[in-house]
Amino acid sequence: MKTTMIAALAAATLAAGAASAQDATYAITPELEAAARREGKLVYYTSIDVKVAEDLAKAFERRFPGIKVHVERNGAERQFSKIGQEYASRIFNVDTVNSSDAAHFVYWKREGWLAPALPEEVKRLYPAGSFDPEGFHAPMRASMSVIAYNTTLVQAADAPRGFRDLLDPKWRGKLVKAHPGYSGTILTATFQIGRDVGWDFLEKLAGQQVMQVQSSTEPPRKVVAGERPVMVDGNEYNVFLEQARGAPIAIVYPAEGTPLIIGPSGVMKNARNPNAARLFHAWSFSLEAQQLAVDAGGLRSLHPGVKEPAGRKPMSEIKLMKDDPVAVDKEVEQIKARYLRHFRT
Amino acid sequence: MATTGGGAARPSGSGPDLSGPVLAAAAIFLAGLVCLPIGWIAAFAFSDRGGAPTLGNFVQLAEDPTLSEPLLTTLALSCSVAVAAALAAAPLAWIVARTDMPGRRIARILMTASFVTPPFLGAIAWEILAAPNSGILNRMWRDLSGAADPLFDIYSFGGLVFVITCYTAPYVFVVLANALDRIPADLEDAAGILGAPRWRIVLGITLPLALPALLAGVAVAFLQAMTLFGSPAILAIPAGFHTITTKIYSLFQFPPKPQVAAAAALPLLLVTIALLWLQSRILGRRGYAVIAGKGAEPRPVRLGAWRWPAFALVAAALALPLFLPYAALLKAAFSTLPSAPFDPANLTLAHFAFVFLEFSQTQRAFSNTFVLALATATAGTALALVVAYLVARRTDLAGRSLEFLAMAPIAVPGIVLGVGLFLAYTRGPVVLYGTLWILLLAFLTIELPAAFQQLRASFRGLHPELEEASRILGAGRIETLRRITAPLLRSGVIAGWCLIFVGTVRELSAAVMLSSSATKVLSVVIFDLNESGNLGAIAVIGVTMLVVTFAVVAIANWAGSARGGPRVQPA
Repeated sequence: MKTTMIAALAAATLAAGAASAQDATYAITPELEAAARREGKLVYYTSIDVKVAEDLAKAFERRFPGIKVHVERNGAERQFSKIGQEYASRIFNVDTVNSSDAAHFVYWKREGWLAPALPEEVKRLYPAGSFDPEGFHAPMRASMSVIAYNTTLVQAADAPRGFRDLLDPKWRGKLVKAHPGYSGTILTATFQIGRDVGWDFLEKLAGQQVMQVQSSTEPPRKVVAGERPVMVDGNEYNVFLEQARGAPIAIVYPAEGTPLIIGPSGVMKNARNPNAARLFHAWSFSLEAQQLAVDAGGLRSLHPGVKEPAGRKPMSEIKLMKDDPVAVDKEVEQIKARYLRHFRT
Repeated sequence: MATTGGGAARPSGSGPDLSGPVLAAAAIFLAGLVCLPIGWIAAFAFSDRGGAPTLGNFVQLAEDPTLSEPLLTTLALSCSVAVAAALAAAPLAWIVARTDMPGRRIARILMTASFVTPPFLGAIAWEILAAPNSGILNRMWRDLSGAADPLFDIYSFGGLVFVITCYTAPYVFVVLANALDRIPADLEDAAGILGAPRWRIVLGITLPLALPALLAGVAVAFLQAMTLFGSPAILAIPAGFHTITTKIYSLFQFPPKPQVAAAAALPLLLVTIALLWLQSRILGRRGYAVIAGKGAEPRPVRLGAWRWPAFALVAAALALPLFLPYAALLKAAFSTLPSAPFDPANLTLAHFAFVFLEFSQTQRAFSNTFVLALATATAGTALALVVAYLVARRTDLAGRSLEFLAMAPIAVPGIVLGVGLFLAYTRGPVVLYGTLWILLLAFLTIELPAAFQQLRASFRGLHPELEEASRILGAGRIETLRRITAPLLRSGVIAGWCLIFVGTVRELSAAVMLSSSATKVLSVVIFDLNESGNLGAIAVIGVTMLVVTFAVVAIANWAGSARGGPRVQPA
């Protein structure tokens, strides 16, 4: 009798699993909107720059009045640790999550923490292979980790052209970079640079008296302030935002290739506001939200309908490093340990 | 267990004597506050990832340079801060307490006020002031001198020593100035009559008499430097080194290594206990001889022509923890680029708009912080009051044990307590992580000793005769407490409450370990914003937080003195 019960349970679970995989695709319907309104709020964990995240949240709140978005912004790696701690204590605070370290979604999917939720627009319009076919995650944003310099402190002719140029003694004490223990962008970039340029480059870079900050949002601010004239890594989108304010900063897409950062989003299985989370998730992939993220947030989009603002170099013209979240997921501990050994923090 | 006071003679209307059970309950609660987190730390420090007993964590601590270097750095840091704080505080305390320098009263108040500044906010302000290239002071220095090198690099070991000293020297100052107040003038007079020159009196009489207080203050400066988390996290990481507290914090990054973190926390605990023991030995042996003798009032030393140079020195010293950082924060709150030279074109209200209209954490963090601060201050004062009362009225072993328990949390650094409570309450049976309760427990533990000390001092000044008179005249124990004891204690209670309130608002090292996303407090929000470089928003939140804190403290003092007539006269 016991075995039959277990078998029945297993069958039911399997059926539910199959059904949800099949039904992972969904659209924004009046029913979903109404259910989301009844929940009235959602908690959005993200590692995007806090101002950009709040701008997106406010746009959603204007589009769907009565549903409040609580933004919880942290560096992707810090956010990953926090979610791990919260889940270990059965605290299901986060409803929907976005991370600049795509490897996190490999982990969360394996742990069974994500709900299948594939917005119909993603399935229809986004490049095949860019999103999880089972619907556990999809690329809400893309960006790059770039080199940049302060144009009042460095002449364009003297600016570095690639990573190896940064080892020139003239940059000693003049560089700033963010931390892979905090930032998902930098963890991803460190993996790609280690693979494509070589860890010996990072080891030598550590001898250049590099100023170490945490978030990949910060190096552009330090360059604009003149605290250091050149940044080794940091968000392309923050550089765009600084340029839009008229700040003296210019981007270098490194000769060796530019680390590509894909920032997926997903809905948590244990979300306390599942409908609001699904509504926000679907909306965040819409042309409206994506165009806003590109225009006001400086991000790149995989939505084919998005128009790039003038003056930004199209992604197709940039030599990109290949992202590989599965490998990052496997090597994360080694990457952090090696970085610690070279940079001491 | 026998209780004080004869049961049979108790007048009607009074309840049974509860002091025995209350004492037991208080003792159990206090013991739990300290023993539970420490017990968990010890358990983790001596086990491996699977839970089997091991010494491997300590071997790793000694052998892995990424762990042993922070330990050595912290030792060097604490020693440097202790020496620097003593060298800075000693002349200032002497000038303010023992000379006729103009404005000495206000200087003393301001020095005490610099306590209220959270050290992490001070560190961020000093980033704005003295970052090597963009710092306001370094820019001015370059413009004035034409030099290429910065005057001062805040992102360095020396910079960290400087900033921590700015916020620990005031403590040494207060302890020392209070001791100098109590040194009777007759000893100095005697030396003067015998023809000793002024400098010999200072070095030969005043300094030795004040030495216990100086050493006690230095010990505290050492401990604060050792256990501080915010300032090193803000200044040491950009400079490329860890202290033990930032290292412990980073050990909770994924994949978390709580066992190693617990092992790294134990040395902090042991050094703290050793130093506090040493401190009590020093104070116990030498301090009281002077305090007991009530001699002639100390007379201020006439500085003559040196009055204004002394004034300039004190003003300059106050600029470092107070005037300069607050000016920098105010400027950052209102300008587009915090470090740029002042220019009306750079003025903006954008940071205020962001913090109060857009940033979704503002409201919750303010409410969490002040709900916690009010709750901790109220619960902590009540607890400290009960314990101080029992301790004051019972001189037996039970009373002394209770006193020890109430003071014990002082030996547990915030980050250690944070780690301990995290280990205790993130897994079953009782999961408090993610609630405000775990923060309340942490803050209560951290702040209890200060409030207890305050109230113990108040009870010492209150002779039991007054209570006894009331009991003889027929009032019960509770009524006596309410009508006699409580009014006499009001100012002590208010001071204790304010101490806890201020301490809770500025706490970071335990909060950063224990707050989850929904229970973030302002200090943690500021810490997070600093990691992404949002200086403008930090300045707005920091300044608002201080304004609210000062307002609450002012209201508490006003309400306390306005209600119920004069403070010291029994009704």
